[in-house]
Amino acid sequence: MMRSLILQTFTRLLVTLMLLFSLFLLWRGHNLPGGGFIGALVASAAFALHAIAFGVASARSILRYDPRTLMAWGMIFAGAAGLFGLAAGKPYMTGLWLEIHIGESLLKLGTPLIFDIGVFLTVIGMVVAVIFSLEEEEF
Amino acid sequence: MIGEINSNLDIAMLVVFALVSLAILTALYRVFKGPTLGDRVVAVDLLGVLAVGFMALYSLVTGESVYLDAAIALALIAFLGTVAFARYYEIDNRRRKARNPGPGASP
Repeated sequence: MMRSLILQTFTRLLVTLMLLFSLFLLWRGHNLPGGGFIGALVASAAFALHAIAFGVASARSILRYDPRTLMAWGMIFAGAAGLFGLAAGKPYMTGLWLEIHIGESLLKLGTPLIFDIGVFLTVIGMVVAVIFSLEEEEF
Repeated sequence: MIGEINSNLDIAMLVVFALVSLAILTALYRVFKGPTLGDRVVAVDLLGVLAVGFMALYSLVTGESVYLDAAIALALIAFLGTVAFARYYEIDNRRRKARNPGPGASP
C-alpha cells in the first residue's frame, strides 16, 4: 500500500472509468474487437490499481466476492451457455439468438453473450487472485 | 492515405509520424542508456504515451476507429506499470534503509 495523496485521489476517478470501459468491451465484443477476456483484463487492472493505492483489504471489500467464487461462477456460466444449444436439439455450444424489437431498434441477445460473461468472471477471478496474493506477501 | 499527398492534413500527418517516431527512438535511447532506474522507468512511461499517440495518428490515417479504442485501453492501463515500479522501488529503498541505517541511504 502506498500512502500517496496524488495516487489515491486519481485512483478514485480512474477505477470507475476503467470498470465502465471493461463493461463496454465485454458488451460489444461479439461484433467488434473486444470481448470477455480483454474486458476482464481491464477490470482486473482497475482492482490492481485500487489494491496498490488503498491496500488489498479495501480492494477485497469493493470486489465483494472471493476471487475463487468468481472463477467458479464464471466456469458455470460458460459451461451452461452451451447447454441451450443441446436443449434446442443442436450440437453443444451452438449459438442461439433471441431478437427483441423495441420500437425501431433491434436488441439481439444470444448464448455467446452468456459465454462471454462466463469468460469475463473467470479471468477477473484468476488475475485478481494472483495479484492479491502477490500484494499480501510480507516484504 | 499514405503515399498520396493531397491536402494539408496529409502533410501534417507525415510530419507528425516522423516526429513521433523520432520521439520513440530518443525515449528508447534513454531506456538503454539511462544512468539510474528512475530515468528508465520515466522513459518507459513516455514510450506508453507515445504509443497511444501513434495509435491515434494511425486511426486518423487509415480511417479505422478501432485503433482509437486500442489507444483508449492503452492510455488507461499504461501508467499502471509505472505505479508498480514506484511501489517496488519504495519497498527496496525501505529494505536498504533497514539494513544500513544512517545518512546515505538514498540510492
